[in-house]
Amino acid sequence: MLSRVADSCFWLSRYIERAESNARILDVNMQLILDFEDQAPPLVQRHWRAVLATLEDQELYNELSQEITPDAVLEFVTFEKKNPHAIVTSIANARENARTVREQISSEMWEQINRTHLYLRDGRGRADFNDSPIDFYRRLVDQLHAFQGTTDATMLHGDGWDFIQLGKYLERADSTSRVLDIKYHILLPSGEQVGGNADITQWMAVLRSCSGMEAYLKTSVGQVTGWQVAEFLVLHDEFPRSIRFCVDQLDSALHRISDCDRGHFSNEAERLCGTLRSSLDYTTIGAVFQTGLHQFLDQTQLRLIQIADAITQTYCQWKDE
Amino acid sequence: MNGLLKDYEVGDFFDEMFSAPGVVRPHYELVARRLGEMADGELARKCVLAEKSYLNQGITFTVYSGDEGTERIFPFDLIPRIIPAKEWEHVERGLVQRLTALNLFLHDIYHEQRILKEKIIPEEIVLSAKHFRPELIGFDVPKNIYIHICGTDLIRDRQGVYTVLEDNGRCPSGVSYVLENRQAMKRVFPKLFHKYPVRPVDRYAQDLLAALRYVAPHDNPDPTVVVLSPGIYNSAYFEHSFLARSMGIEIVTGNDLLVQDARVFMKTTRGLKQVDVIYRRIDDDFIDPTVFRKDSVLGVPGLIEAYRKGNVNLANAVGTGVADDKVTYYYVPRMIKFYLGEEPLLPNVETFLTSDEAERKYVLENLENLVVKAANESGGYGMLIGPHASREEIEKFRAAIIDDPRGYVAQPVISLSRSPSFCEGGAEGRHIDLRPYILSGEKTSIIPGGLTRVALRKGSLVVNSSQGGGSKDTWVLDDDEPVPESGQMTNPSALRPPPSALS
Repeated sequence: MLSRVADSCFWLSRYIERAESNARILDVNMQLILDFEDQAPPLVQRHWRAVLATLEDQELYNELSQEITPDAVLEFVTFEKKNPHAIVTSIANARENARTVREQISSEMWEQINRTHLYLRDGRGRADFNDSPIDFYRRLVDQLHAFQGTTDATMLHGDGWDFIQLGKYLERADSTSRVLDIKYHILLPSGEQVGGNADITQWMAVLRSCSGMEAYLKTSVGQVTGWQVAEFLVLHDEFPRSIRFCVDQLDSALHRISDCDRGHFSNEAERLCGTLRSSLDYTTIGAVFQTGLHQFLDQTQLRLIQIADAITQTYCQWKDE
Repeated sequence: MNGLLKDYEVGDFFDEMFSAPGVVRPHYELVARRLGEMADGELARKCVLAEKSYLNQGITFTVYSGDEGTERIFPFDLIPRIIPAKEWEHVERGLVQRLTALNLFLHDIYHEQRILKEKIIPEEIVLSAKHFRPELIGFDVPKNIYIHICGTDLIRDRQGVYTVLEDNGRCPSGVSYVLENRQAMKRVFPKLFHKYPVRPVDRYAQDLLAALRYVAPHDNPDPTVVVLSPGIYNSAYFEHSFLARSMGIEIVTGNDLLVQDARVFMKTTRGLKQVDVIYRRIDDDFIDPTVFRKDSVLGVPGLIEAYRKGNVNLANAVGTGVADDKVTYYYVPRMIKFYLGEEPLLPNVETFLTSDEAERKYVLENLENLVVKAANESGGYGMLIGPHASREEIEKFRAAIIDDPRGYVAQPVISLSRSPSFCEGGAEGRHIDLRPYILSGEKTSIIPGGLTRVALRKGSLVVNSSQGGGSKDTWVLDDDEPVPESGQMTNPSALRPPPSALS
């Protein structure tokens, strides 16, 4: 397929995944804060600051706003057009990319993303948000899930679809690592212990932010501990948002595109991805905590960025550009 | 008449639906009845439904103002335009004849120039045409086809005679609306379709692809065909992408292509892939910065060299714009006689050449009664409608004509036919035209009907989308039999011969 088209499929998919993940992060953290026994502004602010840090949006936020209030953060991450990571921006970008590849994707996919874009643009989204932010985020996530389903059900599972998979799993692995990292940025309220109530509530919020609560409970017999949650979100081989699962899918899509056997590599993207994949296959959560979870997640994000760059260089860029 | 058509005024025009106030033409009877039966607000609701479906599908064009583009839909009028089979047969024959002559003309002026040597058309008219490309003289295009896709604008005069207003032989647009309008009508009026033998239009994309494949270089039996678009910021991007999708081929922008060893390739994830036929929706001027406009960033450097070496074909051919020229238009009836030895089946609109001294004098004395058109503009730009123009505009055109007599033509104001169109509160007569799309490939094929554009502003004669125009679905009937015969139908054999452009 055309290099430009591959690039657009890749980014279309990244933006969809990013919007979905941001919607879920806002939903969960808003609910988490409502559960705080202590609603003192400094505590609430500290929490939202941690969320902004995970989304790498803090600097811009500080430029645009005076202080951190829950409403202002929701507004900023959801609707602020000046924010390049805002949900409306991601959806608009996804749609713009879809528009350039309309003849490659199915009409159903196009109409699905276009409807979501119009929903956010014409005031209906805003009205739902004003009624109930939680319902609004759920509705949005549903629409984006519908896009994923439509994609799988209506598009040829050829190169274009594989580039969509690349974008989806790269962004998703990145997003899971960030959500997990929230826990590093949130401090426990004073007097709370690791493993205490507040700690467990926070880990549960992390799981919910990855739609992983129910799946986790099926594998861990009711106990929520930081160790096990991290193991689940980093290393579980069947949970579709774990970093390992995503990297495995990434590797598999890369090899479908190149027709190269798995376990071998034919380009830099495959080499980097294969290295990451095997390190995730053969590590333990004990080793991860030994490095330090935050450091490990930081490194993982860096390696994902390198893979993304290598994909672009291998497939989407030409020397004359 | 009741319902929507209750207060309909036919006016002093040829009306497509009514032969006289209250008298419906036979082929419109069922539609008129259906409109009459509609409850209050039903059509308005259907209208909202149709608009929403256009918006959701992204069938829009972008209007830029400030930093944010606004997407608009091309207004769609739900009352169809119906053309009886016999009428269409005549139009079709006329268009095939016209396009055959235009293709022969283009071949001739880029080769022997017989028509100039025999002084049928003054040499300087062609050689001074803005879009004449001397670079292509002596160059043979595959299968001798220059205009692969033509959009010829037809109007009906006060007597209902189909008359040619202009030919668009470069990159005519609008065909996607023909196909989408039909889809919308089927959703909104499913039952009416059962009652009318409407000829389908959905073969267009397949016919277009066949025509493009037919002209591949070196008779390549399995050519790679692409659509070349200026990109998503072009107002017709929806159409480019629609056509690529309907043909199942790639849509590319200039940056996706490169030329090596006089061959054109597209940049793919699996390396370079050679391209054989390009359906380009970029004008000559912008297509290759090494040959035409140097500042073009839309084109492909080296493309024209690859074209001249016969390694890639372009549709439409380079240099067809000379046939669009409104001064050339004046001579098309003579071309038909010259190349085909036939009388033109479809007349031209009476036209005055301001390059001719006597005609210029007449034009300058009668500007307030005439329509003046720049020879090389399209889309309703560069036009003066005398009776609606201010003193200032008239003087501006007077100066322009004196300054560049070759650059303009003038025509009497033609009262385009009207068709009932849905307006606030009911149906009112609005002026319409018709743009059929003609494909030249192994054979010449014409989409049944074409795009009926409607000037939605009351009294307006300008149907262009940039100037408040909308469109209607156009139904060509397969068979006139089910519609009761009546003396009110226009009988093609009764169509009068063209008013001679030579007098």
